[in-house]
Amino acid sequence: MKYLLTLLFGRLPIGWLQLVHSKTRFAAAIAGVAFAALLVFMQLGIMGAMNQSTMAPYSFFKADIMISPQDSNMLSDGGNVARARLFQALSVSGVADGAALFIGRTDFTLEDGSTSSLQTFGIDTGKADFLSADIGNQIQGLQAENTALIDIDTNGVPPEVFAGLAAGHPFSFEVFGKTLAAVGTLKLGGSFFTDGTIFISDQTFLRIFPSRSSGAPNRILITVEDGISADVVAARLAAVLPAGSVKVQTIPETIAADRKYQNTVRPTGIIFGFGVLIGIIVGIVIVYQVLSTDVADHLSEYATFKAMGYSQSFFLGIVFEEALVLAVFGFIPGLIVSLGLYFGMSIATGLPIEMDLGRVVMVFFGTLAACAISGAIATRRLAGADPADLF
Amino acid sequence: MEDAAISVQGLDHFFGIGEARKQAIWDINLDIERGKLTILMGPSGSGKTTLLTLMGCLRDVQHGSVRLLGTQTHGASEAQLVGLRRKLGFIFQAHNLHESLSATQNVLMGLQVHGKGDPILQRNAAHHMLRLLGLGDRLDYLPHSLSGGQKQRVAVARALVSNPDVVFADEPTAALDKDSGRTVVEMLKALGQSRGVTTVMVTHDNRILELADRIITLEEGRIVNDVSQNPQPL
Repeated sequence: MKYLLTLLFGRLPIGWLQLVHSKTRFAAAIAGVAFAALLVFMQLGIMGAMNQSTMAPYSFFKADIMISPQDSNMLSDGGNVARARLFQALSVSGVADGAALFIGRTDFTLEDGSTSSLQTFGIDTGKADFLSADIGNQIQGLQAENTALIDIDTNGVPPEVFAGLAAGHPFSFEVFGKTLAAVGTLKLGGSFFTDGTIFISDQTFLRIFPSRSSGAPNRILITVEDGISADVVAARLAAVLPAGSVKVQTIPETIAADRKYQNTVRPTGIIFGFGVLIGIIVGIVIVYQVLSTDVADHLSEYATFKAMGYSQSFFLGIVFEEALVLAVFGFIPGLIVSLGLYFGMSIATGLPIEMDLGRVVMVFFGTLAACAISGAIATRRLAGADPADLF
Repeated sequence: MEDAAISVQGLDHFFGIGEARKQAIWDINLDIERGKLTILMGPSGSGKTTLLTLMGCLRDVQHGSVRLLGTQTHGASEAQLVGLRRKLGFIFQAHNLHESLSATQNVLMGLQVHGKGDPILQRNAAHHMLRLLGLGDRLDYLPHSLSGGQKQRVAVARALVSNPDVVFADEPTAALDKDSGRTVVEMLKALGQSRGVTTVMVTHDNRILELADRIITLEEGRIVNDVSQNPQPL
């Protein structure tokens, strides 16, 4: 490290020597920076989990356009879309095909009496083209009455419950008093609303939800003909369909609107957003404290250097060197502890709390910048002062 | 005297602001010859350290003129001051060594201010300087494991290693016992003389007055006595 820094700065690595001179203070400073990084990682992790779990269900569907009820904000809310809109849509030029999607929420009752809530998608088994390959391949199995594809990552359900399923043994479970046989699996896990997901046929859906009617699905999925853009077709559909009751959005638009709603309208999103902000502010304050204390402790030594003819850029160099060392040494334990906590939290909640490289890089450079800026501010005291006043 | 190392004219200096404003230096006129050891003495509060820091660019000149090595320091830019400070050496009452740096590294700081240079040559120069000051067996010691006299000798080495034109010393013997104090000043004078260094030293240590070429006495911010003498040979 010492030789690396000597090469990098072309002088004695004073910052490094200064930091390692007092081992306990160095450890405390690293702990401070690590904690700051940890704080930001945790908040970003929770926020990321929210965004990821919002977007994940959309990946089951393979369509270009989604017709949603006007009052919907996300996949699991809003009223119904009349099936008549599907037939209307099919007559619009550029539309290749359409499918009705039923969305509901069921409770999976375990043998011990506890329940996990399930996001429940019901779809015509003949519409495999509207589903991702994994789901589409299994959808034929849902033609039999009271069958389902079950989420083996469902939060709160011990993995051994599904152990037999993987080996080919039949598995049945109870929702709303009806027994469903699992004929296939999917993997999604929990979100902020549900613990897991099941896919069932539209017929089974209507049996589980007797109050629902086949004439009123929750969403309509549309595919467009080759060679025409989804945006053009969406505009045509919007012109035909009544704007007061439905909205027509391409799938990317739907996802973006859902995400925006989660982040800016729903309280959870706003709270997490503030969490990130507070995490960053507290992190900056900690880092600033660490570096400004260090500069204050060495002020008389710096004043001596100033008297000897060292210029302000030299002191900035020392502080940047310290910032670099603290950022690197503090970031690594911060990252390791964060990974541990991410793992623990995702086990406990079933949420997809995962580290991604972009976040690692972003937080590292954020840490480095916070360290460098704090140090630069801390050395300003030195800039205007007469060396004689600082001894 | 055109070639004086330091030329001070009409120098006043004040501390504090408003009601608390107090004049510490009153109309000082002074020329300091090159290559000589000049001692500033006087009771505490007489302004001798203030005068030294004003001459050594450690404090901004408020009123009057200080020409140091031919440069007017009153109103000089930060870059000019930095350039000027590099031609100076400082030795302080508290040695002011960097606690995290070894003796050699502290001396290197005196060299690296002039730019990168060859690290091996620099290290050799630092070692040579420390050996001249009798610290050949303490090269890699940190300040806290050196005695007061040894620390002050490291500070002398740091001040002299880059062959400064002027060395300012502020009570360099104050923290030292009689023998090591005298040793430090003798070494400073010997090395200074052999290199033609101008030395200005504040002290009220009577034991070293006999080494000086000139003794200037201040009282209450004014020069009250100015004596040139033939110093005792080393």
